[in-house]
Amino acid sequence: MSKLLALLLLFTGALAPAQEITVAAAADMSAALPELVAAYAKKTGQAVKLSFGSSGNLTNQIRNGAPFDVFFSADEEYPQQLIAEGLAAKDTLYRYAVGRLVLWVPGDSPLDLSKLGIKALLDSSVKKISIANPATAPYGRAAEAALRHFGIYDQVSSRLVLGENVSQAAQFVESGNAQAGLIAASHALAPALKDKGRYWTVPLDAYPTLNQAAVVLSRSKHRDAARKFLEFLRTTEATSLLTSYGFSLPARNIQTEKRQ
Amino acid sequence: MNWQALWLTVRLAAIVSTLLIAIGIPIAYWLTYSRWRWKFLVEAAVALPIVLPPTVLGFYVLVALGSRSPLGRWWESITGHTLAFTFEGLVIGSLLYSLPFAVQPFAAAFGAVDSRLLRASASLGDSPVLTFRRIVLPLSKAGLVTGFALSFAHTLGEFGVVLMVGGNIPGVTRTISIDIYDQVQTANYSSANHTALLLLIVSFLVLSIVYGLNRRPWAVGPWR
Repeated sequence: MSKLLALLLLFTGALAPAQEITVAAAADMSAALPELVAAYAKKTGQAVKLSFGSSGNLTNQIRNGAPFDVFFSADEEYPQQLIAEGLAAKDTLYRYAVGRLVLWVPGDSPLDLSKLGIKALLDSSVKKISIANPATAPYGRAAEAALRHFGIYDQVSSRLVLGENVSQAAQFVESGNAQAGLIAASHALAPALKDKGRYWTVPLDAYPTLNQAAVVLSRSKHRDAARKFLEFLRTTEATSLLTSYGFSLPARNIQTEKRQ
Repeated sequence: MNWQALWLTVRLAAIVSTLLIAIGIPIAYWLTYSRWRWKFLVEAAVALPIVLPPTVLGFYVLVALGSRSPLGRWWESITGHTLAFTFEGLVIGSLLYSLPFAVQPFAAAFGAVDSRLLRASASLGDSPVLTFRRIVLPLSKAGLVTGFALSFAHTLGEFGVVLMVGGNIPGVTRTISIDIYDQVQTANYSSANHTALLLLIVSFLVLSIVYGLNRRPWAVGPWR
């Protein structure tokens, strides 16, 4: 009987290490974050569980009581909303990187991105362009803003297909179902896509800055462990890994901004 | 309420359930009357979508429709565009997704027809096809309506496959269940609520029709 009970506890996770923290992260971190977590675990022994989705989607889950300790958002808007609603700790908000948007085409695409840039999307061979859903994904809003910035939104809007998050947008174009995609640089540089296509980095002035921000959630039962994990993001080990995935580092951080 | 998404979904469900009558009847006929010893394998294959996670079906459909598959390339060569992210693509995915919901009631109804009637018809010189048309089909009316209604309702509520192969294009592939999902994700609960309630009512009505039809014989009418 006690064996059975132990087994039950094991399955319900009641015997799991007490300090394991759970991180909800924007889909653009789906390649970089597991590496960060592995490096962190090696250093501290701290186990971190990951859950990915679009930032809007995760925000909504957090509002409805999702048991996350830390939230990595692809923009600052969502964490700010959660802070305003009392669901996240304001003093933990940390801008850890700036996300970059790229135009990606599969390796067999005839398009010369370095010559055409964003105008490649106007080519007749591009039947579908995948972007993330602007309603829930910051990268989707960035993609839409960039298309408007270059004045081609109306010409391409009928060919846009929306991924549920920026990972799905990448998958749509990687699988050849879309011929081009406006996706996260972190996906273009991830091992899964690196050798399968070419990309053109959309200039930063074409869309509102994708400040990547992390925050500890108020409902967390492991706040200290969560804070320590966020501290790790400030180390050179973490920042150099993030830059290798195409993230830029923020020019200044939230705290610095406030002092000005 | 997103009327565009609703109309799109009703259109999709109507097309799919109508096509499934045409596709499902021959399959159900074969499943009922074939004596092939490996028939059970086909039965299992037809029933697969009932137990298969929609993500598995969606994944295979996406790969099959993609420009790297023979089917995708063939379609692209004749129409000039790929099948994924189109209404036609959704129809194909939904046909697979709802196939057992049409075939199984059809086959059950065909199998329930008294075999003495079939033998009588044959002894009077009718061909199997004519027997099927004149005897089996009319006697299977309830089963046919059940299969039509179930595949209609099942397509109406399809989510996972559409999420994976649709691309969420308003008016083309944004179905009502995707619309509800988007509304919930953007914390637009009251709007999600209205649409969800409508789907709930429609699904209940369709199932009531199905069970009402199969409540035979009407010893006492429900209206009394």
